[in-house]
Amino acid sequence: MSDTHSESTTVSYVRTETIPQQAAPANAAGPAKWIKDNLFATWANSLLTVAAIYVIYLVLASTLPWIFGGVWSTGSLRECREVLDGATGACFSVLTERWNQLLFGFKYPTDQYWRPTVAFLLMFVAMAPVLFFDLPRKLLIVTGLFPFVAFWLIWGGTIWTPLFALLSVIVGYIVYSKLVARSFAAGFFGGIAAALVFFWLSGFIVPSLTPDEPFLEAVPSRDLGGYMLNMMLGVTCVSLSLPIGIALALGRQSSMPLIKWVSVIFIEFIRGVPLITLLFVANVMLAYFFPPGSGVDLFLRVVIMITMFSSAYIAEVIRGGLAALPKGQYEAADSLGLDYSQAMRLIILPQALKISIPGIVNIAVGLFKDTTLVSVISMFDLIGMIRGPILASTDWAGVYWELFGFAALIFFVVCYGISQYSQWLERRLATDHR
Amino acid sequence: MSTITDPQGGTFRLSMLLNDTRYRSTTLQVIAAIIIALTIGYLYSNLAANLEAAGLNISFAFLGSPAGYDIGQTLIEYDSQSSNLRAAFVGIINTLLVAFLACVTATVFGVFAGVLRLSNNWLVRKLMSFYVEIFRNIPVLIWILIIFTIMTVSMPAPNAFRGETPTSSMLFDAVAFTNRGVYIPAPVWGPGSLVVVATFVLSIIGIFAYRSYATKLLYDTGRLLPRFWPSVGLFFIPTILVFFIMGSPISLDYPALKGFNFRGGLQIGAPLIALWFALSIYTGAFIAENVRAGIQAVSKGQTEAAAALGLRSGRIMNLVVLPQALRVIIPPLISQYLNITKNSSLAILVGYADITATLGGITLNQTGRAIECVLLLMLFYLVISLLISAFMNVYNSSMKLKER
Repeated sequence: MSDTHSESTTVSYVRTETIPQQAAPANAAGPAKWIKDNLFATWANSLLTVAAIYVIYLVLASTLPWIFGGVWSTGSLRECREVLDGATGACFSVLTERWNQLLFGFKYPTDQYWRPTVAFLLMFVAMAPVLFFDLPRKLLIVTGLFPFVAFWLIWGGTIWTPLFALLSVIVGYIVYSKLVARSFAAGFFGGIAAALVFFWLSGFIVPSLTPDEPFLEAVPSRDLGGYMLNMMLGVTCVSLSLPIGIALALGRQSSMPLIKWVSVIFIEFIRGVPLITLLFVANVMLAYFFPPGSGVDLFLRVVIMITMFSSAYIAEVIRGGLAALPKGQYEAADSLGLDYSQAMRLIILPQALKISIPGIVNIAVGLFKDTTLVSVISMFDLIGMIRGPILASTDWAGVYWELFGFAALIFFVVCYGISQYSQWLERRLATDHR
Repeated sequence: MSTITDPQGGTFRLSMLLNDTRYRSTTLQVIAAIIIALTIGYLYSNLAANLEAAGLNISFAFLGSPAGYDIGQTLIEYDSQSSNLRAAFVGIINTLLVAFLACVTATVFGVFAGVLRLSNNWLVRKLMSFYVEIFRNIPVLIWILIIFTIMTVSMPAPNAFRGETPTSSMLFDAVAFTNRGVYIPAPVWGPGSLVVVATFVLSIIGIFAYRSYATKLLYDTGRLLPRFWPSVGLFFIPTILVFFIMGSPISLDYPALKGFNFRGGLQIGAPLIALWFALSIYTGAFIAENVRAGIQAVSKGQTEAAAALGLRSGRIMNLVVLPQALRVIIPPLISQYLNITKNSSLAILVGYADITATLGGITLNQTGRAIECVLLLMLFYLVISLLISAFMNVYNSSMKLKER
């Protein structure tokens, strides 16, 4: 003890107060450190950074003057070139001049553009309660009514067709709620059958109710076009293929060999061929399978084929979700004494669908992108409009980049938006707090 | 003692068909079979009635008749007098060609972008995720059209290469980018070239033999032989030696401007390039995500354990991370290859003569045999897909982690 004491007296200097805390050296904190760590950590890394900056410079140097030098208000490519007078610049005036054609096609009645626009805006209201659970559940009424309203708005004609379709859904629901007390299957199939029968019967009444001058002018399917067509195909086929996909996935898991093999063959066949061959089927072959003289139009045939296509893919995604559930879930449902439909509705499907959400969204994005393929079978969707009427017109022959750039941008915005939503949803539904 | 009485087997009631689990599944299947049979019968009767009304029949005889159209890019002998079947074969080979080329380049792009997405470099990481997002979220059809437009509109006409001060010039005097496609030198196989090719093939085999010998030596004795430089040497030296000993039997035929167009060399048409490049860059974005996910799926503990054993970072990648990542990467990679093959059917957009454009396009339109052509087309793609998935199943079962 005394030893230490004596030592302290002999030491020449002892700091009695602590040094005040100092800021880190400039190259070990703040932006400087970040740049050093993330951009110039090693020689190879610095080289990569320089190369990346050069690539970015090349891209921006070639596109920015073109975009900002753009001309927005001329009537034709020739006028646009005169305005530009040799300077670099885009002729965006093709977009403003042909805006309605790009959105609605070239045959939709000009004075009726408000109808698809209203349907488009209503779509957001209808989709909101499905996509965001926090919204009031009452909004689901809009969702339920939307298909009928949108059908009436876009195609026009007599209001009785969508009205009777709505009524048959209501009839189906009433039958379902009467029968579901006995068994779910009876209610489910009974409801569907009742709805179909009612709708079929209403087909005899509608023609006599149709006025000569309907409130909304009837627009035939072949007059639909532009981006509206992509949107309609995408939304319709994804919503139709979800229930069919679930049914196919359950069918593939079924213990009944016939059901199982029918599902397997359907799924593997559809997944084995490219969508374009299915569109060929819709275009040249499918009409042969309908009763002679029924005149099912191309739009409906395309919807049928694309729905079959996407439901096979969705079925595979959901099958993955079903397989990912631990076996204990199935056994727990059995041990609670639930029958097949109860187990599926209450235990299995809610969990399996949750697992499948990212996959389903991927399929939806892919399907929306694939709706551009209908331009191959001479439907005038956005791409069909660009390649057909617009680039073939004398005014705008040769305006490639503005048009393709616009199409690319509009698809990018939608698809990127959907994938961001799916990531948000995944975080939202993550119930395992690990 | 209470006894459990079995349900009496003798009293069969009709309601038991649905309510008794012993009979229910049979009942349901019989109902399903009846519905399916009725549907098929209904569709078939419609088909027969429609064909009758249109005066058509189902016959594959058109396959033997002359096709009557020319195909720009063919790998096998073909002229307009060849049969439709021959045209379909040209299409099949063209499909396989573009699919193969696109698979190779898409893998290169994808691995490159996927690895760089995990780079320490912030800028490169962002650039690569930009690439992936841009290409994944825009339809491949738009990419094909954009690249085709670049190839046909932005490239100079052969005219521009003419004159004293041409506006365009050939790359290294050997490669010409024109709006009619890219012209590259074509090899001319002189006498004795077979020996050179055989030497090259043998030296490739030699490289593999040497490397497996080096591995065996390492495992048996612990002696480490150099691998990289001997492999490089084996790759080049014997072939070059034989090439000069045989008196340079293989020469290159350079494309040259004659008349209005380039002659000689090998022409790769703009449609093929557009399709090839668009498919590979589009699918590359998907493969990049698979590669990134695969590498990230290898738990960090594996890397740390390897580092604790004293392995260098290159070895950690080669010996520990990659073998485990490949197990995750390869199944989705193969399904991307399948997607490339199926998406190559978009060739019809740019006029590349693949099976969809020959059999499903021109032949269909000229003969009017819609049902037969579409069925054959589907059959072809179905066979390809089934082959690839069969291969994938074999691979998956062989790569499955062997557990007790």
